[in-house]
Amino acid sequence: MAVSYRAIIKDGLWTNNVVFAQLLALCPLLAVTGTATNGLGMGLATTAVIVASNGVVSLFRGVISPQVRIPVFVLLIAALVTLVDMLMNAWLHELHKVLGLFIPLIVTNCAILGRAESFASRQSLAPSLVDGLVMGLGFTVALVALGAGREILGSGTLFANASLLLGDAFSFLDLTLIPDYRGFLLLILPPGGFLILGFLLAGKRLVEARAQKRSVSAVAAEAPACSTCHLSQGEPG
Amino acid sequence: MTQATHTYDYRERLAYPGGLLGAMALLASTVLVLAYLGTREQIAQRLAEDMQASLRQVIPSELHDNDLLADSVLIKAVRASDASEDVRVYRARKQGQVVAVAYEVSGQGYGGAIRLIMGVNGDGGILGVRIVSHTETPGLGDKIESQKSGWILGFNGRSLNDPGPTGWNVKKDGGEFDQFSGATITPRAVVKTVRLGLKFFADHRQDLFMDHPDGQTGTDAARTRPGARASTAHAAAPGSATDPSGSQPESTGKGEPHGR
Repeated sequence: MAVSYRAIIKDGLWTNNVVFAQLLALCPLLAVTGTATNGLGMGLATTAVIVASNGVVSLFRGVISPQVRIPVFVLLIAALVTLVDMLMNAWLHELHKVLGLFIPLIVTNCAILGRAESFASRQSLAPSLVDGLVMGLGFTVALVALGAGREILGSGTLFANASLLLGDAFSFLDLTLIPDYRGFLLLILPPGGFLILGFLLAGKRLVEARAQKRSVSAVAAEAPACSTCHLSQGEPG
Repeated sequence: MTQATHTYDYRERLAYPGGLLGAMALLASTVLVLAYLGTREQIAQRLAEDMQASLRQVIPSELHDNDLLADSVLIKAVRASDASEDVRVYRARKQGQVVAVAYEVSGQGYGGAIRLIMGVNGDGGILGVRIVSHTETPGLGDKIESQKSGWILGFNGRSLNDPGPTGWNVKKDGGEFDQFSGATITPRAVVKTVRLGLKFFADHRQDLFMDHPDGQTGTDAARTRPGARASTAHAAAPGSATDPSGSQPESTGKGEPHGR
């Protein structure tokens, strides 16, 4: 079966990004993105789980019957999250102390179930693993972007406590961008998450609209003014 | 009904989805049981190391010369929730004399239970308080952790009468302790819990500093690791129940009947 890995990668990072296009996984997204560091930690843990769940679902795809596929997927994902929680607690204990709060939240991430349902249950192992990895990374990018935006505007720092997550070697990431900043509490609280997410979504639409306009105007240069051009510009999205 | 030739036959039977779900559940639980058995010791050891590290933080090591994890007693305490529970008290000794104690207390925070450990010296003054575990909102309530902010150090040197009864509150409620912007419930819960911990100390000071407290404490169970705490607490219970002197301190205490 010919699978375009290029298309999978573009899909996961941009066109079909978990957050910016599918608007999935908003519960963990808004809950943990008070700082960029938390976003990064949650993103990496989620990536690990989504890769594993895509792999397992893809391996079992021939056995799972359509009537019970959803409970089976939920069961597999919940078991994987518990497994990751236990293994991290035992062998990556320092990291677990930082991320421990977030790991059970991964179960609530409907993007994982979404990928199992729409991709891994129909594809062979290798594309499923790549899809899981890229979708996870796309989610991580969204979490870090949202976390960085909220952290800079809300508390004037960037990657605060990064050394707790990544080790002391990364303490240079820990920046105070605005000294003596009193903080803008609204952005740290959940409403701030919605606000920044709105701006990020609008930004993505803007980039896409501009790209579309460029391709449309390339066509329009050949055929003079038509009514469809106005329509496509005036469209809200 | 011969199914050998057509693979879809058996999959369309009613029993197949149910059997599949059951098999998957069995598989998942088997994997989890194996993982649990494989990681249990490791996790218990990590938790013991954590406990040792927190004990070091709440009782300065120059104060004592013994191994705190190996010297602990179980004290029966009546909690705010009217449920009696065994509290494991670690005792710091200098040349055999108990100079300070450390124990865990827990309270209800915004997102669930907050467990903290506190060290108290012989005069009832706080040597240190640290959060053991909590489920507060990341970025808001987690400033109670010593790694995230120095707020928890504000308890050092305080005691039950310093500040007075009204002072043991967050500033919003007229007390002396700061709340965080955006999170009042969490610091309020911690302040209340620390105060309860000091009350526990005041109620049980005799038992805490006595060398061989009577029946209600289980010194035999003291040499076990914190990871196995739950089971040792139950194992110690029958022994203390048969001891006639065991009921005396209970009745002079809160007078609450203990079911178990």
